[in-house]
Amino acid sequence: MNRDGQPQSEMLKGTLDMMILRTLVGGDAHGHTIAKVIERSSEDVLEVEQGSLYPALHRLEERGWVSSYWGASENNRKAKFYRLTAAGRKQLSRERSRWRQMTRAIGLVMGEEGGAQ
Amino acid sequence: MSWLRWFRRKRSDAEVQQEMESFLREETADNVARGMAPEEARRQARVKLGNAQQVRESLWSHNSPLPLTKSARDVKYALRALIRTPGFSMIALVVMALCIGAATSLFTIVRSVLLRPLPFRDPGQLVVLHEHFRGSWANATEFNYNPVAPADFYDWRAKTHGFEDMAIMRYAGYNLSGERSELPEAVSAVACSWNFFQVLGVQPALGRTFAESEDKPGSTVVLLTWSVFQRRFAGDGTIVGRQIHLNGRPFTVVGVLPSWFTYPDAEVQLWIPYKTDAKPDFLQHHDWHQSHVVARLRPDVSLASALAQVSAVQYQLHLQYPHDPVAEDVVSRSLNEDLAGDVRKPLNVMLAAVGCMLLIGCLNVANLLVARGAARQKEVAIRSALGAQRGTLIREQMTESLLICAAGGVGGILLSGFATQLLAQKWKDLPTAQGIHMDGAVIGFACLLMFAAALIAGLLPALSTTGKSMMKALQTSARTGSTNLARTAMRKWLLTAEIGITVVLLVAAGLLLKSFLRLRSADVGCVTGHTLTLSYSLPEKKYDTPEKVNAFNETLLGRVRSMPGVRAAALGNTLPGAGYWGDDVFTVKEHPPLKSGQDLPDALTRWADPGYFSALGIPLIHGRPFTNDERGTRSHKVIVSQQLVRQYFAGEDPIGKHLHVPAHAPAGSPDDVDYEIVGVVGDTLYQVGKATKAAMYFPILEGDQRGEMLAVRTASDPLQFSVPVQKQIAALDPEMPVSDVRTLDDVIGESLVNASLSASLVLAFAILSLLLASVGLYGVLSYLTTQRTTELGIRMALGARRDQLLQLMLVDGLRPALFGLGLGLVVSVAATRIFQSMLFGTKPLDPLVLGGVIATLLAVAVLACLAPAWRASRLDPMQALRTE
Repeated sequence: MNRDGQPQSEMLKGTLDMMILRTLVGGDAHGHTIAKVIERSSEDVLEVEQGSLYPALHRLEERGWVSSYWGASENNRKAKFYRLTAAGRKQLSRERSRWRQMTRAIGLVMGEEGGAQ
Repeated sequence: MSWLRWFRRKRSDAEVQQEMESFLREETADNVARGMAPEEARRQARVKLGNAQQVRESLWSHNSPLPLTKSARDVKYALRALIRTPGFSMIALVVMALCIGAATSLFTIVRSVLLRPLPFRDPGQLVVLHEHFRGSWANATEFNYNPVAPADFYDWRAKTHGFEDMAIMRYAGYNLSGERSELPEAVSAVACSWNFFQVLGVQPALGRTFAESEDKPGSTVVLLTWSVFQRRFAGDGTIVGRQIHLNGRPFTVVGVLPSWFTYPDAEVQLWIPYKTDAKPDFLQHHDWHQSHVVARLRPDVSLASALAQVSAVQYQLHLQYPHDPVAEDVVSRSLNEDLAGDVRKPLNVMLAAVGCMLLIGCLNVANLLVARGAARQKEVAIRSALGAQRGTLIREQMTESLLICAAGGVGGILLSGFATQLLAQKWKDLPTAQGIHMDGAVIGFACLLMFAAALIAGLLPALSTTGKSMMKALQTSARTGSTNLARTAMRKWLLTAEIGITVVLLVAAGLLLKSFLRLRSADVGCVTGHTLTLSYSLPEKKYDTPEKVNAFNETLLGRVRSMPGVRAAALGNTLPGAGYWGDDVFTVKEHPPLKSGQDLPDALTRWADPGYFSALGIPLIHGRPFTNDERGTRSHKVIVSQQLVRQYFAGEDPIGKHLHVPAHAPAGSPDDVDYEIVGVVGDTLYQVGKATKAAMYFPILEGDQRGEMLAVRTASDPLQFSVPVQKQIAALDPEMPVSDVRTLDDVIGESLVNASLSASLVLAFAILSLLLASVGLYGVLSYLTTQRTTELGIRMALGARRDQLLQLMLVDGLRPALFGLGLGLVVSVAATRIFQSMLFGTKPLDPLVLGGVIATLLAVAVLACLAPAWRASRLDPMQALRTE
């Protein structure tokens, strides 16, 4: 948390939901796994704050994009698993295309190097 | 969906805690795998998790939508405030429960009796037809809904087409013999035309209804109502097709009516075809008004035009029979109205009384809330200075009154469940056809009342305690000695209204009470104490000649009179105070013929035995009573009442004159109808509370009256004689059922039951209102006294005497009482005119009642004011000045 380049770890608003949904494409997961997968796949650039992870999961469940059930984790501990629903899948593709538009637009504004990425 | 979160937030909180626990364990395990020591691993995991409390809180608030949170907070706040003052809360709650309960009960009855249609097919298309006389006499005595003569009905049905169909019915009574050794029983029955059930659209529960061919003289079919079917025949369906015996004649049961069918009332046990026991001439009479006609409108014809057709036919009949009482017009009313009859007015008056009480209850709760608001004015002011919105503050106070009213409403609904049953039992006049019970609409009505009450009781004080002027409360201190005049004025206005309504209720209750006392002390015109009465009816089959009828009656009278302890016995077709029974028109043979358009003379028709008048203590004014020789087919003698002499023999000696009574024609000689007046007797009332009506008495020894009423005057408790007298009857004819064994006082008292009920109910409402008003008065003045403590202290310090202070406070408290009194009296003058017709021997502006009300109210007001005023005058000036 207390890194020097703190802006790096701060997530863009609204992207956490999308990333959670993306993570769940790979299969049902519990909160810890979801956080770990996001951190790993961002090469540890992004750090998921638990303070926002659980409310986000709750929100997604309420909107019907994920469903949840209690099961046993890899280490055989009791954990709450989340599963992507059909509506969640649709939402993910919507957010993905919106995200692409956004990064392209920002890249264009920031000059070619940004745009080329 | 989002509202449901509210109720799941506890569970959801528990879940997220568990989830975070599981995260901690996973992370710790990972850290251990990375090679950390267990302690360090757990610490690092916690660091990674961050503030768990914050997660829970953010989820919690996400799960608590704002409006719900707010109202939950309001409710909690109001509940705490109410619990802090349990005395106030209990009073307010009980007041609201009583008021809402009473209002709900009355509404239940009004709805059942007047508003809910009877459960027939398309009930909106059904009307009851009555004959209507244009004469002033008929309209003055409220006879404008006259029963229908059968011959009129048959003409209407044959000659008009405005109605889809019409059916006729009349009440009858039968002796139902025991089929297997049960006791014989006198049952009430209805004779109806064959199409009656088709017109109503009623299907029998078992069997069938009547066929057209069965509606003829001497018919032998009968329909049972559900109650007699269950009670007497144990619900055995095989009774259909079997025979029962009515008046000793066999009748075949063709069907059983459904259990819900209790039209026209629940007493009716049997239905028979209309013409079954009708003598041929009965059906041809246009002046025998004793039947009721139900008609179903054609969908495409308006009621007015259908009625106009029937009225035209009736007017032709009127012109055709100028010397008979044949009505000119036909009028209609709905089935509900027809059944409700005389109950309608008392019911509406009572509903109005209950409405007044409810309003007083609301005003009282409002008043109490204003007082509470006063105690909290600093708090409210500070909160609003800190930024609380006026809406929020009003909503908070409204929540309080809503809570009181909701609790009161629930209590009231429960209360009215009992009250309605009780009232329905006690109120003998209420029609029983519809069944009185609460339903969804009634509950809805109660809820509506509840919210209306909450609004009235809450909004007034809430508006007065919040608002711009409230900032003054912060500046006001007890030192300045000033009080919030606006709020005090508001309380005084509430109080004035409360007292005004109370006065109206008190006046109404006083009038009804006085009218009831008048009724109870009304002189029926005969001896009523120590008198046993009973009825029996001689079956026509067994007692087929006047000789047989007379033999039975005279033997019975002789035996009863010789019983030890019996002073006298009277036999007639009815007794004074026992009801209207019947009237006939007549002309005086010696008088010139009536001009056309003149009302026909009319008098009650009674039959009496020779000892009737002396036994009942009815004074003989002139002439002589009947003799034992005036018997047989026709004696052609009549005895008349003083009222008849006053009305039709002004300034003449009636003895020896002849009354020409067409309806009293002996079989075979319709013109032989002149009766010589042999005596004049004192007036008796046919029903307490009704005006004296002229009466003529014929000898019962004519021998063709089969329904008899026996009165036995005894030396001791009359009810001790009920079994011995019945044994005498059973000894003469064991199959003869006896009914209505009661004392004459009870018979007469029956018509008082309803008057007593409405008087005592309205009185109860009025007393409760008075109590509420005095509590309000006391509260306001006590409040004023505390508010003015400093001021009073200064006055005393400046030399005011204690009696001056007492006077000051008393006048302050009595002013709204006097205002309310004046206002209430003015309203009463208008309001009491409405129920003038319910009053007997009492004028709407009865000075005794008005004086009594004024005195009572003033006395109560002075008492309520005296205590706080006294306290004010006893203040210790030094202490009063120090009071903050």
